[in-house]
Amino acid sequence: MTNSIGEIPSSEAFLVIGSNTTENHPVIGSMIKHEVIHRGKKLVVADPRRIELARIADVYLPIRPGTNVAILNGFMHVILKEGLYDKAYIDERCEGFEALIPVLEKYTPEHVAGICGLANPDDIVKAARILAAAKPMALYYSMGITQFISGVNGVKSTANLQMMLGNVGKTGGGVNPLRGQNNVQGACDMGALSALLPAYQPVIVPANREKFEKAWGMCGCSLPEKPGLTIIEMMNAAARGDLKAMYVMGENPVVSDPNTEHVIEAMEKLDLLIVQDIFLTETARLAHVVLPSCAFLEKEGTVTNTERRVQFMNKVVTPPGDARDDWWITQQLARRMGLQWNYTRAEEVFEEIRTVTPSYAGITWKRARETKVQWPCPAVDHPGTPTLHKEKFARGKGLFTAIEYTPPAEVVDREYPLTLTTGRILEHFHTGTMSRNSRILDELVPHGFIEMSRADAAALDLVDGEMVAVSSRRGSIRIRLRISPRPTPNVVFIPFHFFEAAANRLTIDALDPTCKIPEYKVCACRVEKLVAGDGGAAC
Amino acid sequence: MNESIRLTVDGRVVSGQKGQTILEVARNAGLDIPTLCHHPRISRTGACRICLVRVNGTALKTACTEPAADGMNVVSEDAELASVRRSILEMLLAEGHHNCLFCDANGDCEFQDLCHRYGIEEPRQPLPGRRRTTDTTSSKGLRRNEDRCVLCGRCVKACGEVQMLGVWDFTGRGDRTELTADCGGPVGESSCALCGTCAQLCPTGALTLQPVNGTAPTWETRKQTSVCIYCGVGCQIDFHTDSKGRLLYANGNENGPNNGHLCVKGRFGFDFVQHPERIRTPLVRRDGKLVEASWEEALDYAAARLSEIKAANGPDSIAGLASAKVTNEENYLFQKFMRTGVGTNNVDHCARL
Repeated sequence: MTNSIGEIPSSEAFLVIGSNTTENHPVIGSMIKHEVIHRGKKLVVADPRRIELARIADVYLPIRPGTNVAILNGFMHVILKEGLYDKAYIDERCEGFEALIPVLEKYTPEHVAGICGLANPDDIVKAARILAAAKPMALYYSMGITQFISGVNGVKSTANLQMMLGNVGKTGGGVNPLRGQNNVQGACDMGALSALLPAYQPVIVPANREKFEKAWGMCGCSLPEKPGLTIIEMMNAAARGDLKAMYVMGENPVVSDPNTEHVIEAMEKLDLLIVQDIFLTETARLAHVVLPSCAFLEKEGTVTNTERRVQFMNKVVTPPGDARDDWWITQQLARRMGLQWNYTRAEEVFEEIRTVTPSYAGITWKRARETKVQWPCPAVDHPGTPTLHKEKFARGKGLFTAIEYTPPAEVVDREYPLTLTTGRILEHFHTGTMSRNSRILDELVPHGFIEMSRADAAALDLVDGEMVAVSSRRGSIRIRLRISPRPTPNVVFIPFHFFEAAANRLTIDALDPTCKIPEYKVCACRVEKLVAGDGGAAC
Repeated sequence: MNESIRLTVDGRVVSGQKGQTILEVARNAGLDIPTLCHHPRISRTGACRICLVRVNGTALKTACTEPAADGMNVVSEDAELASVRRSILEMLLAEGHHNCLFCDANGDCEFQDLCHRYGIEEPRQPLPGRRRTTDTTSSKGLRRNEDRCVLCGRCVKACGEVQMLGVWDFTGRGDRTELTADCGGPVGESSCALCGTCAQLCPTGALTLQPVNGTAPTWETRKQTSVCIYCGVGCQIDFHTDSKGRLLYANGNENGPNNGHLCVKGRFGFDFVQHPERIRTPLVRRDGKLVEASWEEALDYAAARLSEIKAANGPDSIAGLASAKVTNEENYLFQKFMRTGVGTNNVDHCARL
């Protein structure tokens, strides 16, 4: 997030696009609802499903999956035509606006309504006016913007809109991606990324490598310069036989990655699979070595939340059996492979992180324990940074990018006539390793389901609760039908938490060309009634 | 535009800001005024009258709603105020059925504390004997026993102002007033999202959390704060354990970015940590099966195989997945190991998933 959770009361309006906030970031969802219901703030929601926030929105736009760039360009078209943009802000703080203007030209409300499947083009005009009138307006998004082959373009479009309205660098404004895992921000900050060293320092830049070679005392040895493989590319390389070994710490790619069959096939080809986890997950079952690690309440250390706040986790309980801290296990492997590591506590690692990660330089272990500082925090006397790009953008000028809408990788046809979109539900999390092993959460929602509109179900002669077959070009699953007022017609939704009815057996592994994110949010599928004797009553 | 004010509370001059209540100014100064319906996370209520104070020698005002004013003279307790408080507590005690021995909140109950403080053991009035709703089974997350309810309205506001679902409300009038979930019916069938905030804010045992992994007397539990493991909001949670280290229940910590709020996962999704199927020892595949091994065996085997594969096929034939579920320190060391120990940039995690 460019801004902070605590700034929500300062926002005069919200655009929530591609985020089912009340289910996936419920505490922030409630804070936004509070502002809208009790304080009369404006809310625009764009989402293929009539999510809870849609019910209280001033304008709800049920857009087709994969049309984010079109709707955002549509807002900007109206704002441009009606002169509602912040000219002074753009002139003073941004660049590249001129290149955006001709691209926006054709995104008229009628054209955009056609792409997005909206009945009434006037809703786009109404939404754009609301977003432009309220200052500051905060934009919130999540994986419903990013998990497309146009994911990077979607993100850049959110920035275009917010810069056009002068909402970046303002308290209560901003572009606010809601991060989906407790330390996904920190894992990125720490350089657990194939092209980036800690603090997003590109590995391709020789000066960065030199700095780390020196800091890590590599005495003559050099860091690899070629950016590595991202997660899906790893699976493809394994399937080809190029990748021979994987070391997986606390991840469950068999359930979390798209195109499950392909992932299993790839992992089975590996000569060595090391899995370090708390349960014998679907991935760990394929491993050659399984290393038991501590769960979150059994360790101490820091994690960084969606608003860049570095928070301290205390040890609450003792680990079972021989389970060990993840850092201890990694160090044991490192020492056996010739590294002279001798960390005795997480604190020593954190103090090293500070010296090579400029955005964390001012956060000492003691400070992390006692306060909750937001990075960038370059010095011990720096208070941290609740709002990014305040005086000027991190890169100097805010850069507009002219972006055209492009369709998703797979569109519906006669054979696969429905659009499948996937995501999470309130009661469960990711591959279910934690939530499905928590008694109450498991009892609340024990099974997977496919959510379908009443009209689509009626057309297929299906009734609520029956088992159906869902197929795509990648695979087929059996799953319980849930008829729901949420999805727009011709769109179905499956949560991906349930391995026995795994959404990712169906999803497509098409990737965004820049950031390599898979297109989980849209593929073509078919839903069929199970005939008698086809196991319809099972499960 | 903060305007400073100065007033006298129990003979002590205290300062505050215009717009603050008497209670807020007094508490900021470290002075104690008893309350029951008041809670800083919800709007001002003024329902229970426990916080009545004497203002400027005569008027009795509820400190939790009365704006503090410059030059005000406040007395927080005298003989009459104490008598009023005792009467209120006695009436509340008579109206309900407060059996502390069998109450989930025993030892952690604001009403119990107040009764102790004002020496109320038995109410002077006769008990009406009317029992109200008890429902300890319909909801997977909440237990409801309205015989312990003092009608303070905290739960109504917790749901209506914090969680924003408005499940709870009052129904009926006078001594027939009671809570209702949605428009009647059991709470388990209501639109409740099981955030548990109503139970966390309940000052008595009227609304409590379903036990996740067992219970223990409140005075034997221990509290430690950590960060929720689920989404990226980073809610701070107080985890309560019993004397054997068993995880019991979780409450939102008010100093975190969540301001004390939680969702159903943060509230109830922690017992996986103590699940019997946790892996307790390293496992190594032998003859196609994963079998138990010592740390030495497992680590030696893993490192030797990694070294062999690196020597035979080069470092880029090896890849590592770090994790958004482990700490910064662990992710940092993981990527450092892949880059310096293995010698590849093939390191990623589930940021895109």
